[in-house]
Amino acid sequence: MTLTPKATLMDEQELGRALTRIAHEIVERAKGVDGLALVGIHTRGVPIAERLADLIERFEGRRPMSGKLDITLYRDDLTEIALQPVVRKTEVPFDVSGTTIVLCDDVLYTGRTARAALDALVDMGRPAVIQYAVLVDRGHRELPIRADYVGKNVPTSRAEVVKVKLREVDGEDGVQLLEHADA
Amino acid sequence: MIPGSTPVDLAATPAKARRRHLLDLEGWSREALLALFDTTDVMAQVMQRTIKKVPALQGFTVGTLFFENSTRTRLSFERAARAQSADVISFAAGGSSVSKGESLRDTLRTIDAMQADLYVVRHHAAGAPHQIANWTDAAVVNAGDGRRSHPTQALLDAYTFRERFEGFDGFEGKRLAIVGDVLHSRVARSNVSAWTTLGAEVVLCGPRTLLPAELAEQPGVTLTHRVEEAVEGAHAVMALRLQHERMASGLLPSQAEYRQRYQVNRERMRLAHPDALVMHPGPMNRDVEIEGVLADEPRSVIEAQVANGVPVRMAVLYTLLVGSR
Repeated sequence: MTLTPKATLMDEQELGRALTRIAHEIVERAKGVDGLALVGIHTRGVPIAERLADLIERFEGRRPMSGKLDITLYRDDLTEIALQPVVRKTEVPFDVSGTTIVLCDDVLYTGRTARAALDALVDMGRPAVIQYAVLVDRGHRELPIRADYVGKNVPTSRAEVVKVKLREVDGEDGVQLLEHADA
Repeated sequence: MIPGSTPVDLAATPAKARRRHLLDLEGWSREALLALFDTTDVMAQVMQRTIKKVPALQGFTVGTLFFENSTRTRLSFERAARAQSADVISFAAGGSSVSKGESLRDTLRTIDAMQADLYVVRHHAAGAPHQIANWTDAAVVNAGDGRRSHPTQALLDAYTFRERFEGFDGFEGKRLAIVGDVLHSRVARSNVSAWTTLGAEVVLCGPRTLLPAELAEQPGVTLTHRVEEAVEGAHAVMALRLQHERMASGLLPSQAEYRQRYQVNRERMRLAHPDALVMHPGPMNRDVEIEGVLADEPRSVIEAQVANGVPVRMAVLYTLLVGSR
């Protein structure tokens, strides 16, 4: 299966502006930084959470808590995976009980990752509120899940792939729409 | 890369060929072992939480088949399965048809009807888990077969060293000394496999009657009859349990003489690396193969070995089961 580029959905500037807007929205809704925590879902949710925490620190003068969540042990599609999934460490260095947690991820698609992340989070304690921030919502939900903060809504077909690139992981920032060549 | 997971056309391969086993550590690469340790780190994290349970193996059934008694190992595997939401069925040879003379094959046929996805097998006969792996479609984990192999014990020993050795920077250049009844020890054999694969050296030490010469043929392994020579410069010293039957069978003159020549004690540990760890696979005879006071010192990691049994076995079950069906 080869993927061919189809369109650029966001360039570096657009991606940066989207994160800045989301950071403002998060603080506005949370009315400050108290009890606010940004938790990124491995892999690309992690730098997104860190960048949002950086931005909020810049506006508010105080940094919200942040953490990393690996949801591999909570996935419901493990039996469909042929190769060994890599399990990574979860690092949530604070008590989640009573906090406002904003789960962060790059792309919202079927909603299954978010479902697994919710299960993983509530096993750690009882957050007061859990919200969900994504850079791209591409539709095709299979579960009753929605995002509270969205960088960009992109109508897609299932044959297409949304590829988010982040400096921390991929060396550059941007979002591309790709298509299976044989589709 | 996990052994047996070379990319194949899964749809065209029958289920049996796809199953991965942990029968012994031969065939497990250094990378596979290190990946398993990374997974163990995550499992250890799960076991430290308030809710010590993840749904990772939901829908899988693990059968523990213990033809030889071992409550500790069986409990550790069952805990590892349940902490990942797998179902567990237990079979113990005592009080079963085995004691009425049923053959291994017939016993397995009966148990296999319950459709477990993985069997944990302990048997007094070397090779029994391998035999079972040939007869079933399930994955098989060897939990100790005769004198042959006890891979999860070796994995948790090496994992404990990786976790506890001060400033651990890899197994290369490290030396493990194993002291005692090497001849009858599947723990010793599996540790030789694990540590040499990981790049460490292993020195085996014991009386002439309990130290099989052929073990020296493996690269990275040396033998000695002098405990001082074994311990000198070692980064970890493991004392093996001395079974009383050995005295009766004439392999050893007396417990007192054994203690004098082979006991792992504080005085002998002075020869080891300054940060050397003291290990014991348990259950230990205090003041026989290991000095009681030494076993209670901070450098002794015997309790950590027991505690690490669960996360290591969680990682083994997870690695073998996930992606297998």
